[in-house]
Amino acid sequence: MKKALCDRSLMLSGLEPLVITADTNFVNIGERTNVTGSRKFLNLIREGDFEAAVEIARAQVEGGAQIIDVNMDEGMIDGVAAMTTFLNLIAAEPDIARVPVMIDSSKWEIIEAGLKVIQGKGVVNSISLKEGEEVFIAQAKKIKRYGAAVIVMAFDEKGQADTYERRIEICKRSYEVLVNKVNFPAEDIIFDPNVFPVATGMEEHRSNAVDFFKATKWIRENLPCAHVSGGVSNVSFSFRGNNTVREAMHSAFLYHGIQHGMTMGIVNPQMLEVYDEIPAELLNYVEDVLLDRSDDATERLLEYAEKVKGNGKTSSRSNLEWRNDPLQERITHALVKGIDEFIVVDVEEARVQADRPIEVIEGPLMTGMNVVGDLFGSGKMFLPQVVKSARVMKKAVAHLLPYIEAEKDQTNSSAGKVLMATVKGDVHDIGKNIVSVVLGCNNYEVIDLGVMVPPEKILQTAVDENVDIIGLSGLITPSLDEMVFLAKEMERKKLKFPLMIGGATTSRAHTAVKIAPEYTGPLVHVNDASRAVTVAGNLLQKEAGREIYVQSLQDEYTKLREGYLNRSREKKFHDLKTARANKISLDWEEFEPAKPAFTGVKEVTVSINDLLDYIDWTPFFRSWDLHGKFPAIFDDEVVGEQATSLYADAKSMLKQLIAAGSLQPRGVVGIFPANQIDDDDIQVFNENGEALARLITLRQQSQKTKGAPNMALADFVAPGDSGKTDYIGLFCVTSGFGVEELASTYEKRLDDYNAIMVKAIADRLAEAFAEYLHERVRKEIWGYADKEALTNEELIKESYKGIRPAPGYPACPDHLEKKTIWKLLEVEKRIGVTLTESLAMWPAASVSGYYFAHPQSRYFGLGKIKEDQLLSYAERRGISPEEARKWLSPVLAD
Amino acid sequence: MRQYDRRNVNNMKNIREELDRRILVLDGAMGTMLQRYKFKEEDFRGRLFRNAPLPQQGNNDLLSLTQPKAIGEIHEAYLEAGADIIETNTFSSTTVGMADYGMEEAVYDINLASARIAAEAARKFTEADPQRPRFVAGAMGPTNKTASMSPDVNNPGFRAIDFDRLKAAYKQQVTGLIDGGVDLLLVETVFDTLNAKAALFAIEEVKEEKEVDVPVMVSGTITDASGRTLSGQTAEAFLISISHIDLLSVGFNCALGADQLLPYVKRLAQKSRFYVSAYPNAGLPNHFGEYDQTPQAMQDLLESYLKEGIVNIVGGCCGTTPEHIRKIAEVAAQYEPRKITQTA
Repeated sequence: MKKALCDRSLMLSGLEPLVITADTNFVNIGERTNVTGSRKFLNLIREGDFEAAVEIARAQVEGGAQIIDVNMDEGMIDGVAAMTTFLNLIAAEPDIARVPVMIDSSKWEIIEAGLKVIQGKGVVNSISLKEGEEVFIAQAKKIKRYGAAVIVMAFDEKGQADTYERRIEICKRSYEVLVNKVNFPAEDIIFDPNVFPVATGMEEHRSNAVDFFKATKWIRENLPCAHVSGGVSNVSFSFRGNNTVREAMHSAFLYHGIQHGMTMGIVNPQMLEVYDEIPAELLNYVEDVLLDRSDDATERLLEYAEKVKGNGKTSSRSNLEWRNDPLQERITHALVKGIDEFIVVDVEEARVQADRPIEVIEGPLMTGMNVVGDLFGSGKMFLPQVVKSARVMKKAVAHLLPYIEAEKDQTNSSAGKVLMATVKGDVHDIGKNIVSVVLGCNNYEVIDLGVMVPPEKILQTAVDENVDIIGLSGLITPSLDEMVFLAKEMERKKLKFPLMIGGATTSRAHTAVKIAPEYTGPLVHVNDASRAVTVAGNLLQKEAGREIYVQSLQDEYTKLREGYLNRSREKKFHDLKTARANKISLDWEEFEPAKPAFTGVKEVTVSINDLLDYIDWTPFFRSWDLHGKFPAIFDDEVVGEQATSLYADAKSMLKQLIAAGSLQPRGVVGIFPANQIDDDDIQVFNENGEALARLITLRQQSQKTKGAPNMALADFVAPGDSGKTDYIGLFCVTSGFGVEELASTYEKRLDDYNAIMVKAIADRLAEAFAEYLHERVRKEIWGYADKEALTNEELIKESYKGIRPAPGYPACPDHLEKKTIWKLLEVEKRIGVTLTESLAMWPAASVSGYYFAHPQSRYFGLGKIKEDQLLSYAERRGISPEEARKWLSPVLAD
Repeated sequence: MRQYDRRNVNNMKNIREELDRRILVLDGAMGTMLQRYKFKEEDFRGRLFRNAPLPQQGNNDLLSLTQPKAIGEIHEAYLEAGADIIETNTFSSTTVGMADYGMEEAVYDINLASARIAAEAARKFTEADPQRPRFVAGAMGPTNKTASMSPDVNNPGFRAIDFDRLKAAYKQQVTGLIDGGVDLLLVETVFDTLNAKAALFAIEEVKEEKEVDVPVMVSGTITDASGRTLSGQTAEAFLISISHIDLLSVGFNCALGADQLLPYVKRLAQKSRFYVSAYPNAGLPNHFGEYDQTPQAMQDLLESYLKEGIVNIVGGCCGTTPEHIRKIAEVAAQYEPRKITQTA
C-alpha cells in the first residue's frame, strides 16, 4: 500500500511517550474500562467501587494495552463526575498512568471534563460533523488547545456513513475542515470509518467490512498523516454468545484492517484468536463474510457457528474436540501445540497398527514434525513452541525405543549426525542446547558433548561417530580462540567436517577473519538458533548443491575479511603515552570520595523473592530468539503471543523454584581503599593502608574526535598524588548452585523445554542479584547514594550513579582480572564459585565485577589496543608478551 | 493596547532572528539578589500595603509595587552582565500564589508594574545598543498547588486545585503581563504538566481575545535523578504534552545543577522542534540550603552544553547572580546556537 506522504508522527503521552509513525504496525487500545462494553466495569462504577475499577485499568495495561479507553456514558451515572474521579485516580498509579488515555464519550461535557484532568496528551473519542460544521470546529479548536489528538467518526448532518462513498466523502470533508479551518495537526487526526456488523442476514450489510477496509485504504492514501482506528468487536455483533466465531472474526478483521492501513483499534485481547490458528474451515467462512466473497457466505458461517456453539467462553485451545480427529491429525496437533498429555496413548495406538515400531517415527511422528518445521520455517511458530514440540516428540520416541530395540533393527533414517559442544573453558550452554533441540526435532541425530569439552575429545568423537557436522558454541571471549585452535587442529589433521560456529560472542566477522584462514573445510557462522536447521540442511545437500553453498560461504567470508582488513588499517591510534595524556580529567580537588559505611569483605545472602523486582526480562526473551523489549514485547505483532506464554511459563518456574528452595543465591562483596597508580592501574589497600593487589585496567587507544578522552577504568579512582583516599568495590554473585541438578532432572524426564528454562532463569537471577547488590552497595554498604529511589526500569536503564563493569565485557575485556578479584574476595572459599582455565565462572549463572562510585564514571568500550600497550600490560601483569597476546587477542589491533 | 500588538509582532520576528544568529542569555535569580537588600517587613509592605492584615515579608513579587527601584536595579545588573532576556518579578503573581499573603486583589497590579519595570530596563539597554535588542519575558511560575497530584496520600483522587481555577488565575496574570509590555511569556519551573497546560490554555485565550501574538517559552523541572518531573513524566512525554502549542522554546530549569540537568536537556534537544533553553541552579544546595557553585564552575559546566550544540537560550536559576550570568554570557558568545531540525 502506498501511504500518503507524511513526515510527522502521532505523538501521545501518559507519563511516558507513545509515538505512532506512519510505519507503526498496530496500536491496541484497551476497552475494558468502558461502561458500555463491560458490565463488570459498569457495576463497579455504579456502586462507586472505584478502587476495583482502577484494578481493571491496571490489568489492561499489564495485559499490553498501549492506550486505555475510558467511557462513562450511561444514563444512571453522572458522567462528568465519574470521568473526573476515575482519571484522577489512575493518575495516581504510575504503572497505569504511563500510557495515554482515550477519553471516550458522546457527550462534549464529559470529554471536556476528561481533558481537564490529564497531564499527558491523550485522544478524544470522538467528534464528528453530526451537529454541523460550527459545533465541530468549536470542539476541535478546544481539543487542540487542551492538547489532545482526536478520533473523528464518519458521521455528518445527514447521518452515519454506511457506504464506501459516504465514508470517504465525510472523512475528506472533516479532514479539510480540521486542517484548513482549525489548523489541527493532521497527524493528530484519527478516523473511525465505522465498523458495522456483517452476516446480519440483511443484504445491505454484506459489504460493511469491505467498505471499511476500502475506506481505510483510501484515507491512508489520500489524507496525509491521518490514522485509522475502529471498534473491532462491532463486526461480530450477530454472533454474540459464540466466542469461537467472534474471536475468529475479530482477528481476521484486524488482519485485513491492518493490511489496509488501520493503525489502531479498540480490542479485547482475550477475544482474539491468533490468525494462523483459526481453523481453516472457519477462517474460510469468516473471510467469505468479511470480504463479501460469496452469496451464501452468511448462511454457511451461521451453519458452522451452530456447530461450534457452546464452546462458550473457553477458547478453542482447551477444547478437547481434536481428540476425536483421526490418529495422524491428533499426533500432528499434539506436536504443533506442544501437548504431551495424550502422546503416549496416541503413539501406542499407532504402534499397534504399524508393521514395525520404527514406522511410527518415520511415518506419523515425522509427518507431524514436518508441519512444525514448516510453520517454524515460515515464521508462524516460535522457538519456545518448537522446544515444546520437541518435548512431545521425545516422549513419543522414548515410548517407542524399547520396541525398536527389541527388534534389533538399527535402521538409521536421520537427516544427519551433528556433534554439538561448548568449547574448552566455557560453561555456557543455553544457546547450544536450543540448537540441539531444534536440530533434534528436525530429524537430526545430535551428539551433545556438553560444556567445557576439550578439542581432543571433540575431534575424537567426531571421527569415531563419523558425524556429518561439528557445531561449536561459546559465550566468553577466550572461547573465540578455542574455536580458532580447534579449526587449526582440524586442518593439521586433515579433517574436513563441516564446522558450524555459534554463541553470543561469535560473529560473522570473527569467523571470516580469524577462523576461515585457518580451515579449508566447510565453515559457517550461525547467527541464531532458528537458522541452524537451514544451515545444516544446506551443508548436507547432495554433491553439487553442497559445493555451491560451501563455495559461496567461502567467497562471502573472503570478501568480508578483505573489507575488514582494509577498514581496520584505516583506523588511527594514539601511542600509549599520548592516550594516557588524553585520559578523562576529573576534578579531584573538588571531589570528596564518599567514605564507605563498610570496608572489608563480606558475604551476602538473599532469597529469590528479593531478586524478583530486579529481573531484566528483555535478555531472557532474546535467549529464546524472541526479540523485543519487555514489556512491549507482549504487544509485538509477531512474537507477542509467544512471549506472553513463555513469560507465564517462566513465572510459574520461578514460583516452583521459590517454593522448592532449589536455587540458593550467594554473593560476596568487598569495599577497599584504593588509588589510581601509574595512570592505568588501581592500587588496592586494606584498612591499614597496606597494599593488597593491583587491578590492571586497559586504556582506549583509538584516536577520538576532538575533546573526547581516551578512557581507562582507572580514571574513575582518585590518583595517589591527589592526596585523597578513594575506594573501589568488588563483587561476585551466583544463582547457579542447584541449576545443573534441576536441569538434568528435567532432561531425564525428556523435558528440554524446562531444562533450558531453568538455566535461562538462573542467568536472569544472577544478573538481578548483581543489580540488587549494586543498589545495596550504593545505598547502604558503601552508601554514597543513600537517597536514591529508582524503579526497576530505571535500574535496567542504569540511571543511577556509579558503574559495575565486569571483566570480559567491553570496558575491561581482560578476563585475567577475575583472578585478582577471586584473591581479594576469597570468592571460591566464601561462596564456591570457581574459574575454569578460560576463566569462565562456574556455575555459569554468576556475575563478577567492580564497583566505581564516581558520579562521572561510565561504561565505555575499550576498542582495540596497540602493541605498546600490550607490552606495558604484560610487564605490569608479570606475564610474557606471548601469554598476554593470547588473553588479549580479541582486542589487539591488527 | 493597539500599539502593543504591533510591537509584539515585530519582537517575535526579532527574537527568532536573534535566536538563529546566536545563543541568547537569560538572566539569573531574582530572590538571591533581593536577599542582599535585607528588606524588612515594613519595606515589603511599603506605604501601599501598610495595613495589610497578613505578614508580607518574603512576598518578593510584591516588591515590584513597594520597592520598584530595587527591582529595576536588579534587572539592570543582569542586563549589564550580558543578559539578553530578563524575567519579570512575577513568579508567584497569581491569585493562587498570592492567597498565602492575602494579596489576591493586587495580582493584576503586580504583573502590570513588574512588566513595566522590566520593559523600561530593557528599553534603556536596547537603545544604547540597538544591534543587540533585549527582551522581557513575563515569568509565570507553577503556583504552589498541583492539578494532577493529590496532597493527601490517603485520598489519591483529591485535588487541591483544578484546571478551571488555574486557567482563570493564569489569565489574569497573562493580561497584566501583556498590558505591561512583555515581549515573551515564560511558563517556568513546570513540575506538573497539567498546571502548565492550564497556563498555556489561558495564554491562548488571552492572545485570542486581545488579538495579539506573544511568543511563549516553556521550561520544566526535573526534580531528581529519576529523570522525571514531579508529576512523573519523562522528558519526552513532557515535551509531547506541551507541543500542541506553537512554542518559541522548551527547556528545563531549576531543581538540579548544570551537570545533573545535562542528559535531560540533551534528550529534549534531540526531539524538540522548538528552540531549546536551559537555566539550571548554581549547583545543588549545600548543608545550609545555599547554592555555592562559583560563576567559574557554572561556566565550565554550561560550556559542555554549548560544545554539544544543544541549546539556544542559557541562563541561571536559583543561586545565580550577575557574576554567574556574566560568565555564562562570555562563554555563550563563543559558540553556535543549536540548529532546529524539522524532523524532530
